[in-house]
Amino acid sequence: MTLSLAAAHQAGWLGQAIDLSVEWLLANAQGLFDLIKVSVLALVSVTEMVLEWPPAWLFALITAVLGFWRVNGGFALFVLLGFNLVLAMALWSEMIATLSLVLTASGLALLIGLPLGILSARSRLVWRLVRPCLDLMQTMPAFVYLIPAVMLFSTGAVPSILATLIFAMPPVVRLTHLGIVQVPDDLIEAGCSFGCSDRQLLWKVQMPSAIPTVMTGVNQTIMLSLSMVVIASMIGGGGLGDVVLRGIQQLDVGMGFEGGIAVVILAVILDRLSQSFAGQPGSSLQERLRAWKSLWRSS
Amino acid sequence: MVTDRCSAGQATAISSSGLGGGSEVQSEISIKSVWKLFGRSSAELIEQLRSGADPEELHASRGVRAAVQDVSLEVRAGEIFVVMGLSGSGKSTLLRMLNGLISPCEGEVTVKGCSLNSMTAHQLAELRRHQMAMVFQSFALFPHRNVLENAAFGLEVAGMAPKARTDRAMQALERVGLAAEARKRPRELSGGMQQRVGLARALALDPPILLMDEAFSALDPLIRKDMQDLLLDLQAEHRRTVVFISHDLDEAIRIGDRIALMQAGRLLQCNTAQRLLQHPANDEVKRFFRDVDVASVLTVEAIVQPPPHLSICDVGEPLPDEGGVTMYVTDRLQYFRGLIRPGLGWVDMAAIKTLSTGTSVKAAIDVVATSAEPVPVLDDDKRLLGVISTRQLLLAMEAGD
Repeated sequence: MTLSLAAAHQAGWLGQAIDLSVEWLLANAQGLFDLIKVSVLALVSVTEMVLEWPPAWLFALITAVLGFWRVNGGFALFVLLGFNLVLAMALWSEMIATLSLVLTASGLALLIGLPLGILSARSRLVWRLVRPCLDLMQTMPAFVYLIPAVMLFSTGAVPSILATLIFAMPPVVRLTHLGIVQVPDDLIEAGCSFGCSDRQLLWKVQMPSAIPTVMTGVNQTIMLSLSMVVIASMIGGGGLGDVVLRGIQQLDVGMGFEGGIAVVILAVILDRLSQSFAGQPGSSLQERLRAWKSLWRSS
Repeated sequence: MVTDRCSAGQATAISSSGLGGGSEVQSEISIKSVWKLFGRSSAELIEQLRSGADPEELHASRGVRAAVQDVSLEVRAGEIFVVMGLSGSGKSTLLRMLNGLISPCEGEVTVKGCSLNSMTAHQLAELRRHQMAMVFQSFALFPHRNVLENAAFGLEVAGMAPKARTDRAMQALERVGLAAEARKRPRELSGGMQQRVGLARALALDPPILLMDEAFSALDPLIRKDMQDLLLDLQAEHRRTVVFISHDLDEAIRIGDRIALMQAGRLLQCNTAQRLLQHPANDEVKRFFRDVDVASVLTVEAIVQPPPHLSICDVGEPLPDEGGVTMYVTDRLQYFRGLIRPGLGWVDMAAIKTLSTGTSVKAAIDVVATSAEPVPVLDDDKRLLGVISTRQLLLAMEAGD
């Protein structure tokens, strides 16, 4: 803490209290943090291993097919060209690293955020408690999370993921809550009049009707994860953020832009793909196949 | 298959079958002095209303809206019972109290002998799954399910296996003429078709009781008439107890066996359309029927008069002399035989135009107007009930205006 003496602004009583509590956590709950650290590290390593397994061309092809199925032919072409560009810039492994950070962080965010959103929709009390937390999480400058994350988990992928998790979780909680609360009253009434139990009402009426809104939240969470993962390179998150950071540090405009463009390509692909799941489920593939079949026959 | 789940004390009150007690009409649903106030309801406020407080004033001063006030009704098994009233009359609230979506502040609702008041949430859910199904004004179809899955919803909730419920739902869709649309989404269908899906969703459960909340009000007049016909056909095939909410008196008269008129949360009168028209309890009831086409509501038996000259004469006995008047002839058991026209002699009943019971006055106009003498009205067994003259007809139609 000697460093803080040199700082122009010293932490006030609130800041000191937070300092103290972080120190207390460090002293008394080290075991818990170690456990979290090991599990998250294992998770992200496995994710990265899986994503690194296919060669770049196969990965691009799989993504393009997925894009063709969920979005359209133009998007599939974009996927191929975009990944080709990343490969040409020699940023493939950095992109895969970033992608695995994003998927791990947003996966964890959804794992916590979805149930929390459902719970908030079902209980006014929970929502009243959760809402201010979400406000805090969303408006707090993203960099602030990096400091305790580093103190508790040192540097590397784990604190990056945890800081990202906190930053990216609010949209999925909010939009899950909104989606469920917004289900029209007459559908709820119809569900009840046919004898739905509380649980049946949630899973057969409320959640399915809320899916488009919930999926918008999932999309937002993934996008926020990506933006935060880039920032988290400052604490050694690695990946494309590192490239951008090096560009800044070395005042290398070209390198910065290359990293930036790779982030944009990844962002567009993640966005379109995750958004495509927000539509009415089931209508997409079958209708498309039918349309293709009829086109085939007519030509 | 379906078991009545009542608390032990009430179980004995249920007879095993609706047809058990001979011709005795059994009440399927009974509502006993039910009150529902929205807002901050209390026994004290109900007491105030009971002793004549103005509901409007209560709404202004206490923010309490009296939706249903002291309503008692009996719905008989197998009838179409229409609750008719303008918007805000409390009829939809009343309907929702029948399946417990809304619970009354005071009073008791009994379905098939089981009181809803004493039911647990689970018992109430079972009641809704097996005894009654509801059709909504806004259709309330699930947008994330296709037509078939919508129709199977009630069965799915009741825990039926996928194959069986799909078959049952398909049968229901076939019955409403939508089998071809089974794989479509509700939003791809027209309003009339959507409501057929709503009806199929209810019919798939094969419930003894159907609750219909302004089910046809959102449809075009022509489609509405089709749906009314469909409902009447369904009733003809298999009698269910139908409680039908409507704000359309023509609809109520057309499909309703009995009509309960509601206004501002209170029950004005409950009876058949004809009785309401002929014996309105008060001016409000009269006002409801002001614009109704009397001739299509009244049936001929309501306005028959005894024949001016009647002669009882069994087959084989000599016919009476004609005395210069039209003489109607029946046998001793009142079976109509024919009539004697002055100067023309005996005319057998086969050669005379007659009217049967249940014919509307409107349909009788043509027959009565083209007949030389008052037209005899016969019951189903061809017994003479009386006659209708042109004068009678005109008087009856005038009385309604």
